[in-house]
Formats: sequence, structure tokens, C-alpha cells
Amino acid sequence: MAETLEVALRQRGPIPLDARLSVAGGELVALVGPSGAGKTSVLRAIAGLLAPEEGRIACGGAVWFDGARGLALAPQRRAVGLVFQSYALFPHLTALGNIAIAMGARPAAEREDRARLLLDLVHLGGLDGRYPRELSGGQQQRVALARALARDPKVLLLDEPFAAVDQVTRRKLQRELTALRRKLAVPILLVTHDLEEAAILADRMVIIHRGRTLQDGRPRDVLRRPVSPLVARLTDQRNLFEGRIEAAGSETRLRWGGLLLEIAPRPEFPAGTPVAWTIAPSDAILHSRHRPSQGERENPVEGSIGEVLRLGETALVTIAPHAAPGAILTIALSEHVVDRNALAPGEPIKVSLVASAIHLMGRDGPAEPD
Amino acid sequence: MMDWTALRLSLELAAWTAALLVPLGIVAGRALAHRRFAAKSLIEALIAMPLVLPPTVLGFYLLAVMGREAPFGRAFEAAFGQPLAFTFAGLVAASLIANIPFAVQPIQRAFEAIEPEIREAAWTSGLSPLRAFLEIELPLAWRGIAGGVVLVFAHTLGEFGVVLMIGGAIPGETRTAAIAIYDRVQAFDDAAAGALSAALLAIAFIATAVLFALGRPLRERRRG
Repeated sequence: MAETLEVALRQRGPIPLDARLSVAGGELVALVGPSGAGKTSVLRAIAGLLAPEEGRIACGGAVWFDGARGLALAPQRRAVGLVFQSYALFPHLTALGNIAIAMGARPAAEREDRARLLLDLVHLGGLDGRYPRELSGGQQQRVALARALARDPKVLLLDEPFAAVDQVTRRKLQRELTALRRKLAVPILLVTHDLEEAAILADRMVIIHRGRTLQDGRPRDVLRRPVSPLVARLTDQRNLFEGRIEAAGSETRLRWGGLLLEIAPRPEFPAGTPVAWTIAPSDAILHSRHRPSQGERENPVEGSIGEVLRLGETALVTIAPHAAPGAILTIALSEHVVDRNALAPGEPIKVSLVASAIHLMGRDGPAEPD
Repeated sequence: MMDWTALRLSLELAAWTAALLVPLGIVAGRALAHRRFAAKSLIEALIAMPLVLPPTVLGFYLLAVMGREAPFGRAFEAAFGQPLAFTFAGLVAASLIANIPFAVQPIQRAFEAIEPEIREAAWTSGLSPLRAFLEIELPLAWRGIAGGVVLVFAHTLGEFGVVLMIGGAIPGETRTAAIAIYDRVQAFDDAAAGALSAALLAIAFIATAVLFALGRPLRERRRG
């Protein structure tokens, strides 16, 4: 039945890789990183289009690549379905032909019947006679997906499959993928540079940077609890600061400029340790000007408002804290809260940082240039 | 009046050359399109040589190799019981060499124009290298291949220098239309020269028109 894809890759060049990940049957894992991080190389290695120096790639009982044994199966002998970023449809074949050709050595009639079923599955029924150049970008993507499924793959690989379509189409295709994957029992690996897309679609996300996999976890955990400042930056954390542990144990305190913040105990960071820390913009609580409330003794921060960025239902408010000069704290509020409290640039503001939401990390080594 | 023998000889020579050279052009052109190796530029330069050399220079060296005194020419004569130089077989051999770039280059361009991802998509769709070649690459490269056929055919009809050096002008054996025109003009037989010239002009025009039709981008032909 559904088998787990296990990947460990290592090579020095031309694209350095040190990647490790696994995807269980029925699971959708997003491999996320900036451009040039090696995401596509990992995908190509799994498909057999790139031979890494060392490592092992196995799916269930079948070993596809084993550097130690000098084993590297050809792409034809790995049961992968790969959707290319450019789709790479065969331009001289119809939508139906593109799918039927990937079905191996079955009788032609059977291939066509099954290809029609797959076209229905990706909501392209009736367009079987169209050539790729007669299809829209979104339709081409669906044909590419159907073609990838045509050989009954044991692993489905998607390389930035939504990058080349407009946003409305992207949303639609994302919803369709979510519905489709319920019918598939195979591991799905999605490569994307879009954090939001990964958070919406994936069960787990793996952060990759310069060919190295840095963190693997549920999207919510990776986004709220990055393992390092590097991962925090790669996942676009707005509030990334440096501080120092001042007291440990049950009375653990974090020194941030002139402030001493209450935080949950973390035994691995004894007093005196320099740390980096983050807090999600939604984990800061606004002090109402009119009605003082309970939690206001929890890590109060006073400052002045830098800007108010309205994003529709929520707004991002940046704060220059008086006690931590140079730092900029960003908080997320509902727009009606912004309006009710008349928050505007230059105005004073007071917030509380929820102690349990303050996430500590060791500081990175010497900064690498990006 | 029309020297049908010479015209037929030219057409036969062109057909043989195209038929023998195109398979080789597909193998060489595809390898040059897809592979990277150290001596690639040297090999490409060697293939292009017949384009830039005066045909007499090419003919001179071919004669040096194929002549009855040369080792290769002797070996051929011993094996097949007939000499290579000043025979139709020798003409075909010389024509093959002189036409290599006209076959290889358009075919190489045609294979180069296929996106690498298309071939990779064929492999990840489970197609064997042979099926990928027959069902994906050939159908996508056929315009370039057909273009190579037409170019080789037309260029062989017009070849003069190499043919004269290797074949001389033996009627029915090596006197092609292009040579016959020169002969007729030398003999002040303008009518015969004119008839053959008109025939070659017509063939060249048709061939060139076919070439342009083949080169037309796909999008201009899309229906609807």
C-alpha cells in the first residue's frame, strides 16, 4: 500500500546539497526555500534526473539510489510522477495523447479510456483533442498533473506547479490539489518558494537553504518556532530580536534593551546566554486606552507607532519601543480594533507580549552573506 | 536538345547523397545537440569545413585519398573490382563528404530546439530512450530533418567543383547537369545549356520554397 519516500542526499558541487527528508504515503510535504536553495535539485535527484555524489533514495521497499552501492535507477524505472515548473507538455500531442503516452505498454484503447478518466479527474473533460498551445496556463498545469498520475506513480513530485499562473487560477488549482490528494495514497512532495502556499497545502514543511535542510515540522510549528534565526529570516518572521537570559529557572527573564521580559523557562539557555527571539505579530495584546484590562502586567511594552499597514481584515502596526531603541516590533490587529483605538503613526501605544509566545533560539554563527 | 542523361544522373546522385547522409546527420546532429564534450568545437569546425573550402581544394584532397595510387583507392578497387575516382560510386562518396554540413547543421539545430525538460518529461513518463526518440524527439525535429534532406538534395544538384575534380565529365557515369551546362557553353550549344539551366533553376526554386515552408514557426499554422 502507501509507502514512505525516504531521501538523504549529499554532494559538494556543482550545487551543494545536504538534504534529508521523508514523506509518508498520503502526506503532502512542502520543500520551501528561496530561489537557488536547491529545492529543484532535490526533486530532480528523486526523479533520477540528477545523480548526487552520496546518499540514498528509497520508496517503500524499492531502493532507487544508493551512492554507497553505486546504484542509480534510470528515471523510467522509478515510479515517480513529476510535474515540471514549465509543465513540459509534449507540444505535438493532444491533451489526451500527452496523458496516454505515459501509460506504458497497455493496449491503445485502454490507454485512451484511462486518459479520459484522468482528464475528468483534473476537470478537463471534453478538452481531450486540444493541443498544449490551445490550452491556458491553468489547463496546461492540469494536463501535466494528469500526465504525472498516468503511470500510477508511487511518489508525486510537484515543482512550483502554481508559479506560472495568475492568482485567481492559483487559488483554484490549490483547492483542487487539496481535494485531489484525498484520493491519492502516495507521498506528495511539493517544491515552492511561497510560504503561504506551503502553509495552506502542506501537512509538513521542510525548510531548505543552500542545499541544506534546516527544519522539518508542521507549518504552524515551523513558522512560530523556527530552530534558528536563519530559519526565522527564511520564513519571513517580522519580529526577530536579540537579547540575553538574565535569570533562569522558574523566574526566567529575557533582557531586551531596557526591558526585562518574563518568559517560559528554557533550561538549555542558562543565565547570561545571548539569544535570539521571535514573537508572532498576533501574540502581542493591545492595551486599550479606555478600559485597562487584566493581562496588562504581562511584559508591557511602550512605544510610538511607526506605521499602520491595512491589509483588508487585519492591519499590521509597527512600534518603536522606547526601551529598545532601534528595534521595530510589529503587531497584527483587526482593522476595527485599529479604528476603535484611533491608532495612527506617531501616536503612543502600549502592548503586552504573551510570555508563553516568546520563542528563544541560539544565535547564529558568523552571519553568512545572502 | 535537353540532356536527359545528365539531368537523370544529377537527380540520382542527389537522391543517393540525401538518402545516405540523413541517417548519419540524425545521429551526428542529435549527439552534437545533446552532448557536451571537450572536442565538440573542433568537430563542429571539421563538419563546417566543406562550407568554407573552395570545392577544388576539397576535390583535390578527396582525389588524393580515392585515386588509384592512394592506399584507400587501391583497397576499394581490390574489394569491389572497380576504382572510386572517375566513377559514379566515387561521385557519391565525394558528394557525401561535401554535403555533411548541409545535413548535420539543420538537424543539429532542430534537436537543440527541443527543450531539455521535454526529454526529461518523456523519461519521467516512463518512455524508454528509444520510445522517447521515436515518439517525442523525431516528431519535434522532423522539420529540421526534412530541411536537411532538401538542402542536401538541392546542393548536390548544384555541386560543380568537387564533381569535376573527382568525376571528370564521363557521359552517363559522372557528367552531371552542372558539368554538362559548362560543357555545352564551351561547345557554343546555348540551347542545350539553357534547357538544363532552366531545369536546375526550377528545381532550386521549388526546393528553396519547401525549405521556407518548413521553417515557418508552428504558431502561424495553428488552427482557429
